[in-house]
Amino acid sequence: MPIIKQKDYKTWKKFDRKRDLQNWLCWFLGTLIFSFCFGLISSKTIWFYVFDSHNEALDLLGRMFPPETNYFFTLIKPIWDTLNIATIGTTIGTLIAIPLAFLSANNTTPSKKFIRPLALFCIVSSRSINSVIWALLLVAVVGPGVLAGIIAIGLRSIGFCGKLLYEAIEEIDENQIEAIEATGANKAQIMTFGIVPQILPAFTSISIYRWDINIREATVVGLVGAGGIGIELDAQIGDLAWAKVSVILLTIVVAVVFSEWITAKIRKAII
Amino acid sequence: MNYKKVIWKRKPLIKNRLLRIGLILLISTYLLSVFLTTEIDWQRILEGIPRGKIFIFAFFPPDFITRSDEILAGIFESLWMTIVATIVGILISIPVSLGAAKNIAPKFVYFLSRGVITLSRSFQEVILAIFFVKLMGFGPFAGMVTLSLSTIGFFAKLLSEDIEDINKSQAEAIKSTGSSWFQWVNYGVQPQVMPRFIGLSLYRLDINFRESAVIGIVGGGGIGSTLNTAFDRYEFETAAAVLIVIISIVMIVEYTSSHLRKLIK
Repeated sequence: MPIIKQKDYKTWKKFDRKRDLQNWLCWFLGTLIFSFCFGLISSKTIWFYVFDSHNEALDLLGRMFPPETNYFFTLIKPIWDTLNIATIGTTIGTLIAIPLAFLSANNTTPSKKFIRPLALFCIVSSRSINSVIWALLLVAVVGPGVLAGIIAIGLRSIGFCGKLLYEAIEEIDENQIEAIEATGANKAQIMTFGIVPQILPAFTSISIYRWDINIREATVVGLVGAGGIGIELDAQIGDLAWAKVSVILLTIVVAVVFSEWITAKIRKAII
Repeated sequence: MNYKKVIWKRKPLIKNRLLRIGLILLISTYLLSVFLTTEIDWQRILEGIPRGKIFIFAFFPPDFITRSDEILAGIFESLWMTIVATIVGILISIPVSLGAAKNIAPKFVYFLSRGVITLSRSFQEVILAIFFVKLMGFGPFAGMVTLSLSTIGFFAKLLSEDIEDINKSQAEAIKSTGSSWFQWVNYGVQPQVMPRFIGLSLYRLDINFRESAVIGIVGGGGIGSTLNTAFDRYEFETAAAVLIVIISIVMIVEYTSSHLRKLIK
């Protein structure tokens, strides 16, 4: 805390001169980068449309209200599909994530040099490709429909669950494993009686958490044709049927809030 | 003497037998109903397998060259978008997160800010992007607005939780010197949440880059539009190249941001 003397009185400043200068330089560089990037974006923007967007938004809202409530009944099947995509996708994802997590955890991997990097690579590449892109790929392969959505969500979940799970495996208590080992248990028995009970709580909370995320993701995989409520959304936007679109959006908000509420309940009941 | 043979069995996961059987029944009926209501077109899948093979073989070797200009342009656009959107999003998130912290904001502001956060969290980036592309035209500006708005839900929620956890005595000490509200936030609250603030910003930068790859598919600019174009042209070699580029950049960004976060801690 530097104190600066000026002629006849002392004042307090938060930083000394050097730190002040550094901070100033950081802000300057940050602003420079920001304006540079913004300039590049703005050169690709047609500003007329942007400045006109509030009129457009008002117009859109006007077309959205009142929502066409009867339309909700045709949405029941898509919502059911969305729920299935999320649930089955999460199940598949976690089932594949379990062996991958065991292969990539430092203390359970069979070979640190060869198999661990391979398993980690699978986890990272699953994580870095968004589920919509997975869906885009799978629609080309298995055709549009719920199946593509399920596989897309499943593939995306592997990375997330695998990463959190292998971190949980690495943090287990070694004493318990030693105790099981001392009874003469073989490798498989050590796994089921020593490791699994320790990671089970982490496993359940990870899969519930992922299910919650997957409900949100399942609402959008349909936009590229992979089933669920996204297909309806895409179709109604294509038809410019905005009164129906608002019903879909409301349904999505309700579904997301509902899934958040359910996961909170389950988590409380288990933990 | 008679020995009674004692066998140890693991305790079942759910103690109540009725509940256990009920759950199993419930799950199996659910799976059955899913199976019955989901149409799977096996014919189409058989047709698709050769296409899937073509796509997988397109990775060996991927074609970086033919469309290299478009790939480069897409990546840079994504990067600009990510940087600007993260900064703008964080700037908007700061007042929202102050408003969403119970110990700072009055009730009315609290509920308003929480509402903003919930709304921003319910819609996926892609859905928001569709609307902003409609409102503001194609291109990176719509994508940037989308990413900034979805940053709010994430950033303000986590930051406000951190603000609620601050050490009260430090903040009170500042207040007792007779500081104004802004001075109080600046000297009493801000230094306490700064480490988390920087960590979250880096994390969000990483997420925003990943999302920028997706919003391009609906017209929000960036590498996603390059990918989508490649798919529409059935140029799987180029699509494979784009995917490899996305994966490697995400890996680099994730590695550096987690490294930086560790350094700051």
